[in-house]
Amino acid sequence: MDKIPILKLKDLLLVTIQVDMHDRMAHTLQEDLTERVVQDGVKGVLIDISSLEVVDSFIGRMLGNIASATRTLGAETIVVGIRPSVAITIVELGVTLEGVHTALNVDKGMALLQSLIKTSSQEKGT
Amino acid sequence: MKISHNETIHLGASEDISYIRQKVRKWMVELRFSLVEQTKIVTAASELARNTIEHGGGGRAQLIVLTDNGRTGLQLIFEDNGPGIPDLELALEDGYSTGSGLGLGLSGSKRLVDEFDLKSKPDKGTCITITKWRLN
Ligand SMILES: Nc1ncnc2c1ncn2[C@@H]1O[C@H](COP(=O)(O)OP(=O)(O)O)[C@@H](O)[C@H]1O
Ligand SMILES: [Mg+2]
Repeated sequence: MDKIPILKLKDLLLVTIQVDMHDRMAHTLQEDLTERVVQDGVKGVLIDISSLEVVDSFIGRMLGNIASATRTLGAETIVVGIRPSVAITIVELGVTLEGVHTALNVDKGMALLQSLIKTSSQEKGT
Repeated sequence: MKISHNETIHLGASEDISYIRQKVRKWMVELRFSLVEQTKIVTAASELARNTIEHGGGGRAQLIVLTDNGRTGLQLIFEDNGPGIPDLELALEDGYSTGSGLGLGLSGSKRLVDEFDLKSKPDKGTCITITKWRLN
């Protein structure tokens, strides 16, 4: 399987990365996700990486790019399920995941997303 | 110092990066490195394999298991015959990239391992050796 499935849950998109992603899959995911944000008109994207045993600077850059692109389209991205061993490693590697929201798990990610959506709609006065 | 395993992995396309990650993980588990140590060296291998392919035009990695005075180590040697790195100090700076990367591959993997050796000659190629030791 070369494509990572994107599920729609109410007003958000959920992506669960379950395989060791090679580079082409990462590019495809980035394109598919930004397209779906527009198509489905969602306000948030949740990316579950709890199955990922390794996050290198390439995946780190991909997550940052997805977050920037979706934000430009009015949707927040939250990365959930980073493993403790991965967290320790990416800090030492120097990957800061700037601009990417994170949460411990899918439930906490959804809660964070709801509060982010509320704040941003209040700021816009809608 | 004794070599108890030595194999060569071809690095030509981006799929080979997934392959070397799996190979290195398998050996780290076999050698009973801790989970964090496993993750660090697999991540460093991923970074350096990508550099070999993207910047070095492809090459190979050698995976070596070492024993020395009762300690066990995993050594990885990444080699290519690409353009080489003109300024090593600059290339080892956090955030320096001649491409579109984050510029953390060299500097970051140096932090993740116990020993890091970088040799490069313009138009001849680049050779990077990393080693992680497990203390008994
Ligand atoms: N094997 C190599 N051959 C030639 N140049 C390399 C090689 N590895 C790294 N470099 C150079 O060093 C720079 C920094 O590498 P790195 O820290 O991995 O950052 P990135 O890969 O994100 O550009 C690269 O942009 C490239 O110019
Ligand atoms: Mg790199």
